[in-house]
Amino acid sequence: MRFIEPHAHMVSRTTDDYAALVTAGCAAVCEPAFWAGFDRGSAAGFHDYFHQLTDFEPQRAAKFGLPHFCWLCLNPKEAEDLRLAKDVLALIPQFLDRPTVLGIGEIGLNKNSRNELAILERHIELAARHDQLILVHTPHLEDKLKGTRLTIDALRNQPRIRPERVIIDHVEEHTVKLVLDAGFWAGMTLYPTSKCTPARAVDILDVCGTERLWMNSACDWGESVPLNIPRTALEMRRRGWSAAAIDRVIYQNPVQFLSQCPKFRLPPD
Amino acid sequence: MTRQQVLDLYFLDARSKLIEVAAFLDRVDRADGGVDFRLAAFRQAMRHLADGAPRRAEKVLLALSDPTNEPVAKAPGKGAIGAWPNRVKS
Repeated sequence: MRFIEPHAHMVSRTTDDYAALVTAGCAAVCEPAFWAGFDRGSAAGFHDYFHQLTDFEPQRAAKFGLPHFCWLCLNPKEAEDLRLAKDVLALIPQFLDRPTVLGIGEIGLNKNSRNELAILERHIELAARHDQLILVHTPHLEDKLKGTRLTIDALRNQPRIRPERVIIDHVEEHTVKLVLDAGFWAGMTLYPTSKCTPARAVDILDVCGTERLWMNSACDWGESVPLNIPRTALEMRRRGWSAAAIDRVIYQNPVQFLSQCPKFRLPPD
Repeated sequence: MTRQQVLDLYFLDARSKLIEVAAFLDRVDRADGGVDFRLAAFRQAMRHLADGAPRRAEKVLLALSDPTNEPVAKAPGKGAIGAWPNRVKS
């Protein structure tokens, strides 16, 4: 079995997790910028974080022969501070040409506030200006539905954004069709207690089909399971999916989306 | 998959989760305290489990969601609660 982990916060994980991912068949890992669990006090903190994502973390992954890519942004949890957000947005372009940067992400909304929306729109404009792929985080729990609607509206309001170059992540049963019907890609995050369980993710695939959908563990410093993609592949096998159909979802789909960025290249088999 | 296969694969797991929900509600009833919007939202969402109609997971999620469309003036913190406070009042 081979799979792509398209959304993992490896800066929060141990080296053992890299070993486990590669042992299970992981062919590449992609790391969006996110919230550190505390608010960073200055743009300089982000500057160091972007160095970590674009320099140190690919080296750590390379020790296991695992290609590591990343996405850059300021997470919506820190978007209430508009001055900080604007300073961080100004930093991002200098990192976009680095060889493992795939695009802008994970941008989006958290509590669906006006400031969060303003910074989301600035990120979308930045992506459009630099012709970058976009990875969107949708809010948690009761805020997800509204945040997904607002995000889709914001993306549609920027005419240079092509939906096929945007993935809207953390969809569940009540948001997946909103995203797919608008022409975007949709990501299902496999979490133990929130977002999707493996069984529910396979239910969504059964109902919606496999076009423009991927799965990720979004493993970070919280309760999360780095091997939830292969565990969901096992769930698919138990439900009678063929090896080819599983490969389509956990490997070929992410490769199809990510290959829209010319920097996403995998070593030959 | 046939219905038989689905039941063979998932019945015991679903049975366990159903008992966990029942035990959770018993635990809440035994505890002292006042009205809480989360419990009211939970009870409203549970109605979709027994109505015999499809898309239950989607309906439960919608029942626990903020249905409004306007951004809020300021983020009231960072975390989510799991239910929308104004749902029961509206």
